[in-house]
Amino acid sequence: MEILNLYNSLNAYLLVAALLFAMGIYGLVTHRTLIGMLISAELILCGASLNFMAFNRFTAPDPAVGQIFALFIMAIAAAEAAIGLSIVIAIYRNYKTIDAEDLVKLNG
Amino acid sequence: MTLPLPSQGNLVGIVFLIQILVTITGAFIAVNSERLIRSVAGVIVCFIGVAGLYFFLNSPFVAMMQILIYVGAVAITISFAIMLAAPEEYKSRGPANILVGPLGIISAALLFIGLAYLAIHTEWPVHAKINSGSVEVIGTHLLTSYAMVFELISIVLLVAILGALVLARRGRSN
Repeated sequence: MEILNLYNSLNAYLLVAALLFAMGIYGLVTHRTLIGMLISAELILCGASLNFMAFNRFTAPDPAVGQIFALFIMAIAAAEAAIGLSIVIAIYRNYKTIDAEDLVKLNG
Repeated sequence: MTLPLPSQGNLVGIVFLIQILVTITGAFIAVNSERLIRSVAGVIVCFIGVAGLYFFLNSPFVAMMQILIYVGAVAITISFAIMLAAPEEYKSRGPANILVGPLGIISAALLFIGLAYLAIHTEWPVHAKINSGSVEVIGTHLLTSYAMVFELISIVLLVAILGALVLARRGRSN
């Protein structure tokens, strides 16, 4: 059957990655808190990583390079989460809120 | 009368469809839930689904690292931050602007349609594999061709740890 053979087609993985990316963009736009935006950014990074892995499996000549790239994306995502969350906590100490709409001190 | 058992190939396909369903459901919960802690739970489900997809892509090592780093470290860090910083009875979304929801959906849909069109209508060149892509090959690459990047990423992680400590510690006494 065609639909049960989907795991051997590049397009299935690319579509799932595109959907993850689009959902991450949607969450980034609609979430009001900084932590929600950070979660959506993780979704975007995950979609990019899945794209790399799919091309790595189906088209690239050296199947180790894409895996190494995905590992580096994970390390960058972990560093980004640590720095972003400590900034969020520092903001919460100063402003008592993590709502992006309330952080308007420099608005004038 | 018994139902015919699915063959091995069909079973793999069914498991793949379940993984896709888990991934998309988790992402949907992560971006649409009212409370932040449910968003984190959704993103954990999504990451586990993506780890299953990595397993289908012939890389069990990256799948393991995905669960270890994302679910074990990043998601736990985010839930600690929610416990430290999110006030009680907080709604993560609200009537900030009535245009935000529809415009977000439109932009996300345009992005998805564009990427899907590109993915389907492009002829991707397929090259022959020159090695197996196993853990041994990854380790050799990390210590030879990509040794510089490996060291740089260690420095980035070290700076990130120190920076997080400095940022989160400031103003703690008052």
